[in-house]
Amino acid sequence: MPPDVLVESAPADRLGIAVLVSVGRHPLTGRTRRADQDARAYELALSIAGACTALLHAGQNDAENELALRGYLGMVGASESGENTAERLVVIEQAIGADVLPALVNALRELTPELVLCGMRAETGEGSGMLPYLLAEWLGWPIVSGVAQVESVSDGVATLLQALPRGQRRRLSVRLPAIVTVDSAAPGARPSAFGPARRGGLAVSAAASMPDEARAEWLTTPARKRPRRLKIITALSARDRFKAAAAKTQGGGGKVLTGVSPEIGAEAIQALLKEEGVLPS
Amino acid sequence: MLEIILPILIFTALVLAIIGAARRVRLWRQGRPSDVGFFSGLTAVPRRYLVDLHCVVERDKYISRTHVATAGGFAVAAPVAIAVHGLGLGSAWLTWPLLAATLCMFVGSLFVALRRRNPPARLSKGPWMRLPKSLVAFSLGVFVVTLPAAGVVPAAIGGWVLAVLLAAVVAWGLAEMFLGMTWGGPMKHAFAGVLHLAFHRRPERFGGGRSTGLKALDLADPQAPLGAGKPADFTWNQLLGFDACVQCGRCEAVCPAFAAGQPLNPKKLIQDMVVGLAGGSDAGYHGSPHPGKPVGEHHGALDEPIIVREGKALVSAETLWSCTTCRACVEECPMMIEHVDAIVDMRRHITLELGVTPRRGVEVIENLIATDNPNGFAPDSRMHWAADLNLPLMADVRDAAVLLWIGDGAFDQRNQRTLRALVRILRAADVDFAVLGNDERDSGDLARRLGDEATFQSLARRNIATLSQYGFGCILTCDPHSLHVLKNEYPELGGSYQVYHHSTYIAELLAEGRMEISPWKGDKVTYHDPCYLGRYNGEYDAPRNVLKALGMELVEMQRSGSRSRCCGGGGGAAIIDIPGKRRIPDMRMDDIRETGVSVVAVGCPQCTAMLEGVVEPRPEVRDIAELVADCLVPSAQKDQSGRKDNAGQPSPAVEILADA
Repeated sequence: MPPDVLVESAPADRLGIAVLVSVGRHPLTGRTRRADQDARAYELALSIAGACTALLHAGQNDAENELALRGYLGMVGASESGENTAERLVVIEQAIGADVLPALVNALRELTPELVLCGMRAETGEGSGMLPYLLAEWLGWPIVSGVAQVESVSDGVATLLQALPRGQRRRLSVRLPAIVTVDSAAPGARPSAFGPARRGGLAVSAAASMPDEARAEWLTTPARKRPRRLKIITALSARDRFKAAAAKTQGGGGKVLTGVSPEIGAEAIQALLKEEGVLPS
Repeated sequence: MLEIILPILIFTALVLAIIGAARRVRLWRQGRPSDVGFFSGLTAVPRRYLVDLHCVVERDKYISRTHVATAGGFAVAAPVAIAVHGLGLGSAWLTWPLLAATLCMFVGSLFVALRRRNPPARLSKGPWMRLPKSLVAFSLGVFVVTLPAAGVVPAAIGGWVLAVLLAAVVAWGLAEMFLGMTWGGPMKHAFAGVLHLAFHRRPERFGGGRSTGLKALDLADPQAPLGAGKPADFTWNQLLGFDACVQCGRCEAVCPAFAAGQPLNPKKLIQDMVVGLAGGSDAGYHGSPHPGKPVGEHHGALDEPIIVREGKALVSAETLWSCTTCRACVEECPMMIEHVDAIVDMRRHITLELGVTPRRGVEVIENLIATDNPNGFAPDSRMHWAADLNLPLMADVRDAAVLLWIGDGAFDQRNQRTLRALVRILRAADVDFAVLGNDERDSGDLARRLGDEATFQSLARRNIATLSQYGFGCILTCDPHSLHVLKNEYPELGGSYQVYHHSTYIAELLAEGRMEISPWKGDKVTYHDPCYLGRYNGEYDAPRNVLKALGMELVEMQRSGSRSRCCGGGGGAAIIDIPGKRRIPDMRMDDIRETGVSVVAVGCPQCTAMLEGVVEPRPEVRDIAELVADCLVPSAQKDQSGRKDNAGQPSPAVEILADA
């Protein structure tokens, strides 16, 4: 085995899980931290009995990142046995501005996990939320987004609860291996304890960096607060105001297309975008 | 016949006692090392015992006199009895003092027995109920067997029946006094207590000193344990200190959490630690339990975990989170045991190693890490409360006589009123002061008491680095928690400052006549001592002097000064909020209501928040700064002109230089 292979695949009798974690950024102060959704993804992995979890991060290997990543290693709290916690976090070292997708695909092909968990989108970098979809495309695996709970895993099929708006849940079963993304509907991550975080193993694995050429051409500027459309409520009584505030938003102009060909769907989306002025008509 | 039996009894008891002592010492030495002087400690024992310890015991006159008679009598009687009856020395110089000493001890024992006839709830029962009888047995037995040696009665009196009877009584006394001392009987407190006084972890406390700052963890050493997860993680002299407990229950009587029915009894907690030290279950404990936690279910050993997680261990986490760190137990303990240090050590393990800090505590810690304040406000909104006050910033002036430390009360609307009052006072007295503004961070008090030493040290080091950039004579704050941390806990991390509480500083300003005061026209007031100002920093007089200088008639509560009852807001207890039967601030408000006042003066943002949380009708809660500001004679010109000056000048630095 070459020296830079640092992740071992899970033993045959245990479910192999890979959790992709990123370096987060506090919304108020911009300090690096463990990313909230990724931490929830790891929390979800810890809740699955009899699993073997590997933590993967592709990015720069510097002191600030290390401190933030160690936050994941500090998540040992609730389970006394701790058999499910990852022994170490593997950093797949990448140059600044690299596209981490190929490196992650390689690592996952090597690791062959049955379940890949990650947050919906990163708190730093592009944060486009595209990574899990691209991974699924490259690996040819199914992807389920916005999962709140993994109910059971048996015979290569996982039963998941997907979070929908307004607290609704949808039970799905997905053939493994699969990529599952987690958003804020999933249970909150347990606190990160200083001692285990400091002791936890952090292994650095060198990997070729693929420069992200498209991104290098972009111009990035700090985001401006966008004006929000005011919802004008002309209600006379408190009851009406309450109803207006609590009512479901009426998607008046929307329509549900089922069982149509991709072309018709794409045309409908294009038409909507033109109508909203996003695309030039 | 007694001449043969007594030496055998005495030397058997002595040998067994020495074996027991060696075993006990070995148990204590399982703890981690501690940096205390060996010989300096031992030589300091007589003074610490006769002066410092006695001063605390003296608060209960009955028991202090009883203890002087009993312990004093025994301290003399034991070595002399060994000489007379063990070695057979029959000099009148020995026998008559022995008679006197045992008589003295006997009288003391009778008073011990009297206290035990209807013992208060705080006292432990069980073997402790046997103790007065054993004391009587020892003193009376030794007295009677000494009578022939002193020549008072003929040696052959009574025959062998009496001799055997006497020998049995003396044997009982010897067993309790000598064996019990080192094999874990009630008399253990004497043996462990003396050594505890010698090797106390805070020697500064003796001789009228004060040592209240928590001791820092060595975070640079990855091998050092982060707090106490098992009894062996305590330092050896902490273990020794637990063993010194005499189970008098004074801590239990003053503990606000115990009174509120929260699951903490400081006496039981110390006994839990003794169980952890010696191994076994707490079934042998005969005092009041942690409220709501039955006795007999917990067990532990030196190398077993302390915190109950799945199943049963030594101590439940709620017990540790109930503590408000008010130090009332430490202040009251005649053995000078450090309960709060032990509790924080165990909390450190919970937070730093197990990561199972209760939910709201986690939120606070995460906020402190990310935003430097416990409620997650934007750090650059720290000075919003003073937007119209034109406070000079340290970053602009670089140098000021007084650095006004705002504290996290900056984000609290109630405390902002106090802060504005304080600024009015400082301006009225023409004090040259400046603030750190957005460069200030939480002092770390809360993080440290929630057990997060890492976050505390991070905050403290950054604050120290900020403070080192500026020149100032002293730091002034209206928050006793910040005061305590800056004054007593930062020096260990490299920042030593002169820190004043605003009451101390205002008292000085008033004494110097720096402000014009119109006398208070309101009703009588009472004053609530904040724990972190009083017991932690010994400031009891200045706030009272300020109130008196305002012409107020001060009514003291029954529990005031060093025995003041906590408001319930310290040590993160208000954040974790372990349920009890009552709320601590409600009980304190009852104390206040008893005095019949309409205004209670406070000097701490936590106390203000806790006491104002009590439902109306209740006395009004006012900070000392607000009361003083109300009495300021409005010297309109000065106030106005000062403000105009500030408003007219873009850079306050110019103004300061002109003043100088």
